[in-house]
Order: sequence, then C-alpha cells, then structure tokens
Amino acid sequence: MYVAEVVEEHHDRPERKKRLGILFWICVGWIALNVVGAIFANVLPIQNPLFQNYATVNAGPSLHHFLGTDDLGRDIFARIVYGSRVSIEVSLGAMLIGFGLGAPLGMLAAYRRGKFDTILTAVMYIFLAFPAIIATIAVLSFWTPRSLLKIIIVVGIASIPLVYRVIRSATMNFATRDFVIAAKVQGATDRRIMVKELLPNIAPVGVSFLLIGIATVVTLEGALAFLGLSVNPPTPSWGNMINESLSILQQNPWLAIFPSLAMCLFLLCLNFIGDRLRAHFEVSEAKL
Amino acid sequence: MLIAIVFIISVGAFYLIHLLPGDPAVVILGTGDSPVNRARLYKELGLNKPILEQYFVWIKNVLHGNLGTSFISETSVWGTIKTALPIDVEIIVLSQIVAFATAIPTAMVSARRPDGPLDRILGAGSFTLLSIPSFVIIVLLVLFVAIKLGVPHTGVSSYVSLGQDWVANLESLALPSFTLAIGSFVVYYRVLRSDLIATLQEEYITMARSKGLSQRRIMWRHAFRPSSVALLGTAGVNIGGLLAGGFIVQYLLSIPGLGYTLIQSIGLSDYLVVQGIVLVVSVGVILINFAFDLLINIVDPRISRE
Repeated sequence: MYVAEVVEEHHDRPERKKRLGILFWICVGWIALNVVGAIFANVLPIQNPLFQNYATVNAGPSLHHFLGTDDLGRDIFARIVYGSRVSIEVSLGAMLIGFGLGAPLGMLAAYRRGKFDTILTAVMYIFLAFPAIIATIAVLSFWTPRSLLKIIIVVGIASIPLVYRVIRSATMNFATRDFVIAAKVQGATDRRIMVKELLPNIAPVGVSFLLIGIATVVTLEGALAFLGLSVNPPTPSWGNMINESLSILQQNPWLAIFPSLAMCLFLLCLNFIGDRLRAHFEVSEAKL
Repeated sequence: MLIAIVFIISVGAFYLIHLLPGDPAVVILGTGDSPVNRARLYKELGLNKPILEQYFVWIKNVLHGNLGTSFISETSVWGTIKTALPIDVEIIVLSQIVAFATAIPTAMVSARRPDGPLDRILGAGSFTLLSIPSFVIIVLLVLFVAIKLGVPHTGVSSYVSLGQDWVANLESLALPSFTLAIGSFVVYYRVLRSDLIATLQEEYITMARSKGLSQRRIMWRHAFRPSSVALLGTAGVNIGGLLAGGFIVQYLLSIPGLGYTLIQSIGLSDYLVVQGIVLVVSVGVILINFAFDLLINIVDPRISRE
C-alpha cells in the first residue's frame, strides 16, 4: 500500500487543491436537497406516498405524476422523497453508533498504546475477519420483529471495527508528534490533548471515511431491502421500491429506473464529495 | 492466527442462536416445530446440557463434516451446501476472468499518460461505475438484455445447470457474472493504475526505456509484476466479498447458489442451513484471503523477508 501513497502525493496538482470546483458544490447542493426533502417531506406539497389510486396504475411520467405511478397507483416521486428518509436515517444512525464508539476507542488506543491497544486491536481485527454482511443478515433475519432501530443498531455495531481501524491509524500519525509532546509537557490533560490537539488533525480522514461509510450503508440498506430485511412495506425505501419493481419490470420499467437513479445520484455525489475532500486535504486513498 | 480466527468464527456461528431472544429450540425448528422434531433436536444438540458442552458436541460434528439435518427439508445441510457452492464458484471465476482481462490493459493504457485525456475519461467512467450498486446494475441488465433484447436464458428463474447444457448454463450465468465483473473491474483498475504510475517513475524503467525496449515490453515484463502486489491484496478481499456479498445478484435471478439458498432458508427460518452457510462462507473468505497473501509473497518475495 505504501506505493499508492507516493502516487497520490505526486499527482495532486496545486491547482486542484486550492479550489473544490463547481461540480463539488453541485454535489453538495444535491445532497442538501435530498436531506431537506427527507426532513420536510410532510410539509412539502407532494402527494401521499401511501395513497393508492387505482384509476392510474403503472402510469408513465405525466404532468400529474411527474415520475409516474407504481402498480398500486401510488405516486413514484412522493415515494422516492419519503424513501430517502429511510436511507438517510439508517446511514446517519449507523454512523453515529460506529463513530460514537469506534472513533474514541481508536483515538484512545493510538494515544495510550500499551496493553489496552494490543488487546483492543486484536479483538477488532478478529471482528473484521468475520464477513460483516453475512453477520448482519444472520442477526437481522432471526431478530424479529424488524424495525428501523434494529437495522441501525446492527449495521452500526458492524461498522465499529472499520471506524476503529481507520481512526486508530490516522491518530498514530500524530500521537508522537512534537506538538502533542509539547502539550503534554505543558501539563495538558489527556482529554484536552485528544480533543484540542489530535481531533482537528484526524478530522479530514474522519470526514472522508464518514462519507464512504454513508454511501456503503445506503447501498447496504438497498441490499437488505431486496432480502426483505429492511423496513416493512408499505413504507417506501429506495431498496424496497427497486425490489417491488422486479416482479413488474416488463409492464412498468419506470418503477425500476427512477428509484435506481435517485440512489445512484445520491451515491455518486457522496463519492465525489469524498474524493474532492481527500484531494483537498491530501488524505491518500490508501489510508482509508 | 488462521486457526484462532476460524475458532472464533465457529464460536460466533454457534452462539448466533443464543444471542437472540427467545427459546433456541423454537428458532431452530422454525416451521418444522413438532413434538417428534423437538425430541430429536434436544437429543442431537443436547440443548438441556450446559452451553459449553453443547458447543463441543456441535464442533465435533462439524469437524466430521456433519452440519446437521434440516428440520424443514429433511436433507443434510452439508449436502445442500455441496450442490449450491459450485454455482458460486463458477460465477466468481467467470467474473474474475472478465474483470482481470479488462482491468489490466485499461490500467496500463491509463498509466501510460496519467492525467491525459484517455486517463481522465477512464477515471470519470470508473468513478461513476463505482457509485452504482450491483443490484441496480443487474436490474437494468435484466431490463435491457433479457426483456428488451430477449436473449434466451438471461431472465429471472432461467438457470440451467452445467451438466444439462453448457451453452445455456453460460447464458444463464452471463448477467450475474458480468455484474460482479463490473464491480471488480473498477476496483482493480483504480488500484493497478495508481501503482503502475508509481512504478513507471522508478529508475530501472528509465533504464529499460533508454535501452530502447518497446512500451509493451516495459509494461508487461518490467512494470506489471512489481505493481501487482496491491492488486492481489485487493483481489483477495474483493473475491472474499463476492463470496459473502454476491448473493443479491443470485437471489434476484433465482440462481440456486449459496446466497440464494441462504435467503430461502432465512425465509423458512431453517436455522441449521443458515448456520452452516454462515460457517462455510466465513471460513471460505478467510481461506481466500490467506491464499492471496501467499500469492503476494510469491510475486514479491521481499515482503516475506522483511
């Protein structure tokens, strides 16, 4: 992996570093639009995502339903907006758990070292060896009845070792630097050093990984929806919608295309923001 | 280390049932709950004995290749896994052949002129593909290839086994293999490209150039091998990930591989099959990673000497 790091430094051009570019801000705007839509879905003038209108079943895009309707006559646009709630809630909730536990443990382990670090790291690596997706499915399938909260908990716990590994190795780079030792000599408490000295330095790595994590969880929710392990219908989620579209792919391809597009655009923007931030803060891909 | 991890995974797979609330017997029997089965279960697993003893009974059976007999389908779990596993292996092998055959030349083209027009287009393209989940790709492929173009054996539930007709078999596995190949291609391309760029700046490459060797010879004979260490490491993790995570694609097309069987068993609450597959897949992932670590040492002997 050391080779990859060298490359990043070589071709990070200075001009790219200074400005984030227009595309970056378009992506930020799109993500913000999605989040605002998800929060204010009830207030916005969009149709009821659960209202079934049998007069217009499997309709293509029109003025009245501008992304068309599904097999039960429900408005696809409204379902996509409400569906983004599930993706955003699950990803933010899971990352809150993952970072809430994984990041402090990772920082503490890298700062303290010694036995605490050795044991914790060994435990985390063993968890990492276990295929997370299989463990997630196995737990969710037998932990009934399913709810959004349970999905968040299971996915969040599964992400702890990953966050731990990234944050630990990022902290290691700074833990023995002069400015940390200087702070220690001045009598700063461990907590102060970690919050004031180390945290700002590892923040770029943390944010980059957070974006990757959110993208991964959004994809994972889609995968779980396909297996019927996500939120129960009729609650819309992007994964649920794509899954429902499969049985009527021939009659109504729009039902597959629009939620897929919504999900892909969301993921593309997240990945693009992450990529630009990495280039901006000179975080190499290898560190993640 | 390997043995320790496998041991811990076996404990994890075993304890799965006890981590969850409720009576394990009810969960294991699932829809096959009857007094007869219940008596058999208690006898086989020793559920009324202490938990440590239960584990030893279980692990002894597993080591003898006995993963139990499903209480729902009444067939042996190992037999079920043995019929499903080759399908996964076939899909993974096909997808990896496609992925490597496309990623290596593309990465070389990109690395020849980093930040040139071709490299930028390939970079943007691979970046976009990176953001498309495999289940979206397969849905769109089914929509266009199977439904619009009407290619035979590519639609949902049209799996043909290898023994029956190998051409139809390849057709029925083409879409899932291609889908997994796209995901692998993107990862391999990006990793190999950045390593090739670094290698091409080494002095021995300048030396080879000044000797007048052809670009192709320099790429394949001099630059490729030292640049492939990270590629192999990534491939190990990725192939393991396909074994554990490629099931979505199978499931959507009803191809009866391990993933499909796993989801079916979850639906039926066939606990023993789920447990068996979790165990086999986890151990498989670890063995694949281990095999690729060995391969890396062969490709670059400096690593093991350090």
